[in-house]
Amino acid sequence: MADTYTLISSVTVGAGGASSISFSSIPTTYTDLLVRVSARATSGGGWSDSTITFNGGTTYSSRYLYGDSSAANSGSSASAIVTRGANGNSTTANTFGNSDIYIPNYAGSNAKSVSIDDVTENNSGATNSAITHLEAGLSASTTAINSITLTLGSGNYVQYSTAYLYGIKNS
Amino acid sequence: MAATYTPLATTTLGANAASVTFSSISGSYTDLVLIAQGQGTVENYAYMTFNSDTGSNYSNTILTGTGTSAVSTRNSNVTKIYLTPYYGTFYTDFSNITICNILNYSNSTTYKTSLIRAGRASTGGGTEASVGLWRSTSAITRIDITASTGNFVTGSTFTLYGIKAA
Repeated sequence: MADTYTLISSVTVGAGGASSISFSSIPTTYTDLLVRVSARATSGGGWSDSTITFNGGTTYSSRYLYGDSSAANSGSSASAIVTRGANGNSTTANTFGNSDIYIPNYAGSNAKSVSIDDVTENNSGATNSAITHLEAGLSASTTAINSITLTLGSGNYVQYSTAYLYGIKNS
Repeated sequence: MAATYTPLATTTLGANAASVTFSSISGSYTDLVLIAQGQGTVENYAYMTFNSDTGSNYSNTILTGTGTSAVSTRNSNVTKIYLTPYYGTFYTDFSNITICNILNYSNSTTYKTSLIRAGRASTGGGTEASVGLWRSTSAITRIDITASTGNFVTGSTFTLYGIKAA
């Protein structure tokens, strides 16, 4: 039986850094998409937020759960999907956070759901020094996703940050 | 390189249904991954049982984010694994998503553990991370996913993948 977990594209940030990471011209030949990120930012404390947009759209919402080294919290947004898997500038050097961004049925005609699992780590006892974050996101668009952009709220992704886009087929 | 992430079965509901079954699951993989997306005909949750076992042989520990608060709950000696609480009728957005990893499902010496991530961004939703345990040493050959009340709606999708360690 065919292996259906296929690398579509990858990005490795170069020496100059980058404020965003994008994938475009995503084929519709898969069932689900997975973006797997290893990132560090020039901004932020324990982590840096990045918004996720599809096809340049603007209608998003999310609900999230996170632990920030001091408490477990939950919140929601009526305007954005956010990944928090980039280690912030003040964290332990050479440490990169990780994110899994899973998008089922991305080429279908329903609104698009997203599951995000983020972690950053930091050798510090300070409050808010690291995060584990789980988010459910929703794009109201019913158009097939053909581009994905992660944009840092401030600063840049540092060199050697990576993002891999995989396509997963259900048959 | 050998194929290590293989679709075993997929169901897209052609009509509303109260449950979905994956049966005759091959024992030739190491782990299973269940991906589900959809909505319910009423506000309900989905639960999971293995090998048609309806005894009190399951337990769960759940961390839930409601959108305003974080809470943890525990269920011991129950008859099911709570898979996701967020199937519902709000909007028609199919915004529920569930990712469930079932580890070492085919061995015949240990109990079976599941790691679950679930969520729904729209009204009434939230996010959830949980672990489920089935106290059986039997290899898992069947998975039933059932709506607590009402049905899963037409168009809801359920896919089971097998992962090989080698």
